[in-house]
Formats: sequence, structure tokens, C-alpha cells
Amino acid sequence: MLSYLAKRLAGFVPLLLGISFVSFLVMAMAPGTPVDLMTDLNPKASPEARERLEKFYGLDQPLYVQYGLWLGRIVKGDLGTSFSRDRRPVLDKITEALPITLFLNVLDLTLILGLAIPIGIYSASRQYSLVDRATTVFVFVGFAMPSFWVALLAMMLFGEQLGWLPISGLRSLDYDSMSLLGQIGDRIRHLILPVGIAALTGLAGLSRYMRSSMLEVLRQDYIQTARAKGLSERVVVYRHALRNALLPVVTILGLSIPGLIGGSVIAETIFAIPGMGRLFYTSVLMRDYPVVMGITLIGAVLTLFGNLLADLMYVAVDPRLRNR
Amino acid sequence: MGRRLLRNPLAVAGGLIVLVLFVAAVLAPWLTPYDPSDFDAAHVLEGPCALHLLGTDGLGRDVLSRMLFGARVSLMVGFVSVGISSLVGVTLGAVAGYFRGVVDTVLMRFVDVMLTFPTFFLILAVIAYLDASIWNIMLVIGLTSWMGVCRLVRAEVLSLRERDFMVAAEALGMKPSRVIMRHALPNAMAPVFVAGILGVAGAILVESALSFLGIGVQPPQPSWGNILTEGKSTLGVAWWLSVCPGLAILITVLGYNLLGEGLRDILDPRLRSR
Amino acid sequence: MTGSDTTHLLDVRGLVTAFDTSDGVVRAVDGVDFHVAEGETVALVGESGCGKSVTALSILRLVQAPAGRIVAGRIELGGTNLLELPEVEMRKVRGAKIAMIFQEPMTSLNPVLTVGYQIAEAVRLHRGLSRSDAWKEAVRVLELVEMPDAAERAASYPHQLSGGMRQRVMIAMALSCDPRLLIADEPTTALDVTIQAQILELLDSLRARLGMALLLITHDLGVVAERAERVLVMYAGRVIEEGPVDAVFADPHHPYTRGLLRSVPRLGRERGPLATIPGVVPKLNALPKGCRFRDRCDAAVAECASVDPALAPLGQGRRVACIVAAAHGGLRW
Repeated sequence: MLSYLAKRLAGFVPLLLGISFVSFLVMAMAPGTPVDLMTDLNPKASPEARERLEKFYGLDQPLYVQYGLWLGRIVKGDLGTSFSRDRRPVLDKITEALPITLFLNVLDLTLILGLAIPIGIYSASRQYSLVDRATTVFVFVGFAMPSFWVALLAMMLFGEQLGWLPISGLRSLDYDSMSLLGQIGDRIRHLILPVGIAALTGLAGLSRYMRSSMLEVLRQDYIQTARAKGLSERVVVYRHALRNALLPVVTILGLSIPGLIGGSVIAETIFAIPGMGRLFYTSVLMRDYPVVMGITLIGAVLTLFGNLLADLMYVAVDPRLRNR
Repeated sequence: MGRRLLRNPLAVAGGLIVLVLFVAAVLAPWLTPYDPSDFDAAHVLEGPCALHLLGTDGLGRDVLSRMLFGARVSLMVGFVSVGISSLVGVTLGAVAGYFRGVVDTVLMRFVDVMLTFPTFFLILAVIAYLDASIWNIMLVIGLTSWMGVCRLVRAEVLSLRERDFMVAAEALGMKPSRVIMRHALPNAMAPVFVAGILGVAGAILVESALSFLGIGVQPPQPSWGNILTEGKSTLGVAWWLSVCPGLAILITVLGYNLLGEGLRDILDPRLRSR
Repeated sequence: MTGSDTTHLLDVRGLVTAFDTSDGVVRAVDGVDFHVAEGETVALVGESGCGKSVTALSILRLVQAPAGRIVAGRIELGGTNLLELPEVEMRKVRGAKIAMIFQEPMTSLNPVLTVGYQIAEAVRLHRGLSRSDAWKEAVRVLELVEMPDAAERAASYPHQLSGGMRQRVMIAMALSCDPRLLIADEPTTALDVTIQAQILELLDSLRARLGMALLLITHDLGVVAERAERVLVMYAGRVIEEGPVDAVFADPHHPYTRGLLRSVPRLGRERGPLATIPGVVPKLNALPKGCRFRDRCDAAVAECASVDPALAPLGQGRRVACIVAAAHGGLRW
């Protein structure tokens, strides 16, 4: 298992290089140089200042040297400085916003898995039942639903019409004056809409996947063996089928991580949540390139680690991988 | 094949939705009762009525007309970006599968790298450099969604490469490129076609999200996404501005998905929605 | 005669099992009658698709609904009709009174559970042993099936074992609760020839030691001749001939059985082309009227086109479903 892990980690190195290279290319292909952009914002910049900046960024060097210099800075954790007025290091801005996004995504995933797995199991073990058919319809519609539209409708209903839930931010204005219990409640109330909607739209795909994976496993010979032993259907499904059915779901989970992270942009923008997604969106609008590139890079690295996590889960579930 | 498609009621429903939308988009200029960009200060934010079936927006423009022209945007974005992604995917996949070896390894690692980026991030990052316009949107969506097709075509070409008729064709002195074009690619087309139909749905969703966020199709050109943006700012006042475009996106995406899944079941039982 | 009904362990009468397919309802088993006596080895033979496996699954009521279902008949085990038992009671029969071994040892064991666990599970369920006692029992039955290093092997996962060892695990699992009837569905087909003989030998000796009955499903007539006392020949969902193995092999009554025996290569026989039965097995949803074997039969008479022959007794425990054979009193052709 350790050697398997080591092999996987070794495989990350070329991927990380590739990621950095693509990121660099996107930057390099962009019209104008970072110096243009900086000096555009400051019309008083002298030609000498420009030259100094160009030298600092190594723009007078050939492209591959620039890539090397840039890579060297990235490895040291230097993602540059934001173009926005605060001129803060990109890394600081990201580390500030990242935990919020991670927290929300973990919450989304927990909710999605907690619902999708039982739904999938139920549908599969009662194939073509009313519930199964209803689930199939829900899945097709859920798959086609634009999440931002559902968010909009939910804001209209629960926020404007009924006034039950707050529709923006992570806490109320009078948060600091609340009791501890009130603060917790306030947090939860703010999370219901963004997390609920992310879960609702993510649920469709995963429950469908869980269903078909379960159906596939229930057709296997070893399930027949289990039944021939006299085990109850409950034991057959939960003890014998479930772990096998979860294997492909773990894989798909790893693959869906980039989608989840990418989706944060929409959710955080709509609900005004100060996470990495919203930071990304505002940076795109303001053409704050260092932040845009930094987040793109971090997003890819997060995906890699998500995949590694999925791998570890896979190994935990499947004994066939353990002694490789 | 046609008969088997007709026996699948969901696929038929999907096909009908796609057909109706196609006709509506093509005939939009003749179907619309108003010019989609005509202001009418006397009829601002009016609810659905006999004159304006789907009401008017904040500038008094007819929402139905804007929706119909929005259908054109969706259709174009869907097909052009899938066209781009299919072209890139098929080409790279065929090259990787045919030449194998180093070429294959490099291309497949590139695919891995591309798949590691959250697509939405990549699209937004590129848009940060370019101007938001329908052409750039289509280009960017196309260039960030070819990886699936590429893997598919590569696998197909790779397996065909080993078969006798490819060897025979080469032995007859045919050029490798010609052999791929004439023999391997037609075999790979069915799954690529299905992926394309499903890709149209995905592209429409991404375009509407971008337009909704204000970094996609720019007003005054109407798109379902940017009509929704106005819906957001008039949330409590004009429900029709939020409900109509969202429903349109939902139904469209549903239509393409149903058609795609139906076709997949028919064309390639191996790929049957597992 | 076949002996009085009271000594029958298993009695199957008029069993019909149907499946819904895209071409309509198909009766994979269509009116099957047979019995198995205590301690006896009965072979069920026939080409693939003749309904052997479905018959076996029907006995355990493991035909998968909603596509497949038992439509008619009785399956009596020691006088109780299994088809009338509630599901909860039926589960106490499966694994405990009737156990089953499947064809594919490679896929019949759960890949994510240790083999010891999979055996102990049945022991805990049917014999109410504690977790640790059940594990010891699992090791004991693994020793019984001559598994080398049984105590260590119990902790292995299926992928760590060879095909022959996995089939030993399947046998151990089946024997762990002392069933009175063991159904073995092509237990050696997927194994190497040398392993095949070992496994069959093992099955046979364990059957004798434990005094259980064995219903051996196979298409290998050599296996039948060596191991079984009685043989049932199935064709297109029906039993068409039944009798003591020696008698049936020496003097087959049904033209199909004759064809089947002729198509087996034998050492010592003069060389010549192997006989084959002309034609193909008819599709179950497009059976000919009258006798199902008529189209391929070299002895068919005009009547065969209208009469669907029933399995008729001929004396000495033999029965045959063929009007020509019955008319000749089961005599030589």
C-alpha cells in the first residue's frame, strides 16, 4: 500500500509541472505584459520604472527562462502581488478565502453523499418501483437544472416572499451582539440555502451513479452466493453489495472535485460568500491577473489532492489494491 | 436504428424538444411579435398579458422576443463549441491512438493536466484576458471540453489499430492519415456523436452561467443567462424575468440530455448508462 | 420402480419457471418432474440453455424477480412445499438444508470480504455460533475440504487464492451447515482438468462421509458415468429421460439421449467421425408443436407432430418422454 501511494505521489510531479506550464502559457499568451497592466493603472510611471519592473519580472529574458523564474517563485509560495488597490500578496488573499470554500465544499459533499448513497441503494434494490421511477425523473430534471437559477428561485421564495432565510453572506450584521447559541443558529441559517442548493444539484448525478453501480453489483455471482447462504436481503445489500458498489462511486467522486471547486464561483457570487470562488470572480472582473492565475493553479492542485484522497479511500475499500 | 429510437419514449421527447427549439431559433425573427431591443418606456416591467405573453423587462422590451433570440444564442454556443471540442478531441485522439509511443504518452499526460483544472476556473481565467463576447465564449468552452472525446477516440483508434484490416490497408501502401480517416474514424463516430449531443447541453449550461455572471454574452444582445441577471435585480417585482429563462435552459438541457442518453443506448450498448 | 415417496428428500413436480424477455414470456423450465432420495447422487445433464441451472435456482427460489418467476409446480423438501414457505422460512432452508455451489469460483466469492468471514457468516446465521466460534468452525471446514494452511487461508481475500482453492472455499461454505442436499451447478467446468478430478473426488467423498444427497448439474457425461447413481436428461426445459446411470448409458431410450451419448468421444472405440445431433436446440419462445425434439429426431413418426409426450414410466426406475420409445416398451431400437 505504501509503495502504491509512493507511486501515485511520484505520478503527481509531471502533472504538477504540466499544470504550472499550462498556467504559465495562459499568462504568456495574454495580450500585454504584467508591466503594461501595472503601469496602465499608474499613468505617472516613468520609462525607467517600466524597465525596472520588466527586469524584475524577467520579461527581457526568453520565454523558457521566464517560465523557470516564475516556477522558482511559485515553488517558494510566491504567487505575486495583487493588482487591486490593497496590493497584498496573492497567497495571503487566497489563504484567507480558501478555508471558507473548502468548508462549504466538504459540507456539500457530505450532504450529497449522505443522501445520494441511500437513494441509490433504495432505487436499485427496488428497480422499476414507483420510488425508483420518481428518482429517475428527479435525476434527469436535476441534472438539467442550472444551479444559479435554482438559487435565484430559492432566494425569491425563502428570502423575499417568506422571509425565512438570509440570502447573502455567512453571518448577520448583528452577529457580534448575539449569544453563542444565537451565533451558531445564525451561521446555520446562512448556510442552508447555499449548501442546500449545491447538494440538490449535485445529488442528481451521484444518486444515479450509485443506483447503476448498485444494480451492476447486484447482478454479480457473489451476490447470488450470498443469497444462497440464506442471508436476508438487508445483509446481502449492506454487507455484500454496498462496499463493492461504492468503489466506482469513489472514483467518480475524485473526478467530480474540479466541478465542485469550479462551481464555488457561481454559488459564492450569488450568495455573496467571501470564499475563493467569489475572490476569483471579482478578480476576473477587475483583471487582477496574479490572483486569477494563483487561484487557477491552486484549484488544480486541490483537484490533485482530492484525487489522492479518492485513491486512499479506494485502497481502504478494495483489498485487491492493498498488497500491490 | 430509427425504429429503436422511436421505441424509446424519453429519447423521442428529447428529440421533439430539440426540434422545436431548433425551429424556434431559426424562425425567431419571424416568430417574434416585437423587436427584441425595442424600448417601450410606457410598458416597463409589465407582467404577462395578451400583448406581451411573457411580460416586459425593465426597459419595456418584450421578454418573449428576447427569449426567442436567446434560443439562437444557446443553439449557436452549443453547436459551435461542441464543433470546436469535437474537432480538437478527434484530431488529438486519432493522432495519439495512431502513432502510440511517445506522442501518445505526451498527449495523454496533457489530457490529464487539462482535466485537473477546474474547467470553470480555466474558462474564467481565459476570459479575464479576452473580452467577453459570444465568440470568445464559444472558443473557450470548446477548448476546455475536448478531453473526453479525445480519450474516447484514442481508445477506439488504438483498438482498431491492432486489427487485421488496418494492417492490410497499410500493406496496400495507403498513407497512415488516410487509413485513419477512411477506416478508423467512421468506427469511432457513434460515441463521439453521443458525446457531442450531451456536450451541447453542457455548453449551454456553461454559457448561461457565464452570461448570468455578466462575463458571457453581453447586453443588449439577449441570452437566457443575461435575462436572468436582470431577473436577479428585480427578484421580488418581476418573477417572469427569473422564471422564464431558467425554465427555457432547464427544458433545453433536458431535451439534449434525453436525446443523447437515448442515442447512446441505441448506438452503443457497451456505453449504456451504467 | 423409483421407491415410495416417503423416502424422497426432494420432490419436484410440474415445475414451471418463466422469464420476461424482450421477445415475450419464455418458459425456461416447462413442467419438470424428478426426485432426489436421501444420500443419493443424481446427475442433471443437458446442453447449455436447456434449463438445468434455472431448475437449480428454482429449488432455492433464487430466480430473480421481477423478470423471472416460478409459475407452477411443487418443490417438496422432506414433505414441505418450499414454494408455499414465507420468505423468512425459505431463508432458513437456503444454506442450512439445501446448499449450492456455483460454476464460477472466480466470481462467486465476494472480493472485499475474507473467505473465512464468508464461511463463518453462514455458520453464525444458521447455527447461531458466536463470531469467534464461527471463525474456528470456518477453519475446521476449510480443513475438511483439504485446504492447505486452513487457519491462514481463512484470513485471505478471494483474489489471493487460485481457482481450485476458491472452489474448495465454496464447497466448505456449502458444507458448513450440514445440508441434506447439495446442489452443484457445473462445479468444475471453469477449472483446469487436473483440478477438476480433485474437486469431484473431494465432493464425492464428502458426500459419502456426511451422508448428504448431491444434485450434480453438468454437461460432462464422463463425470455423470463416474459419480452419479441416477441421471436426468433435460432438453428444452423438460426432463426427457430418467433412470439409473448404468442402464441409461448402456441402453438410452430417448433419441436425444442416444445422440448425446454418441457425440462423446471414447477411448478404444474405432475411429470415425463423431456423431452429432443435426439441427439446433429450438428457441424456447418458438417451440414446434408436438414433441420439442421432433425436428432433430431420426426416429420421428407422423404422430410426433401432434402429441407432446409426457415422461412415462417404463419399469426399473426408468422413464422416457417419447411416444416411439414408449410404444416399443423401451426396447432396443
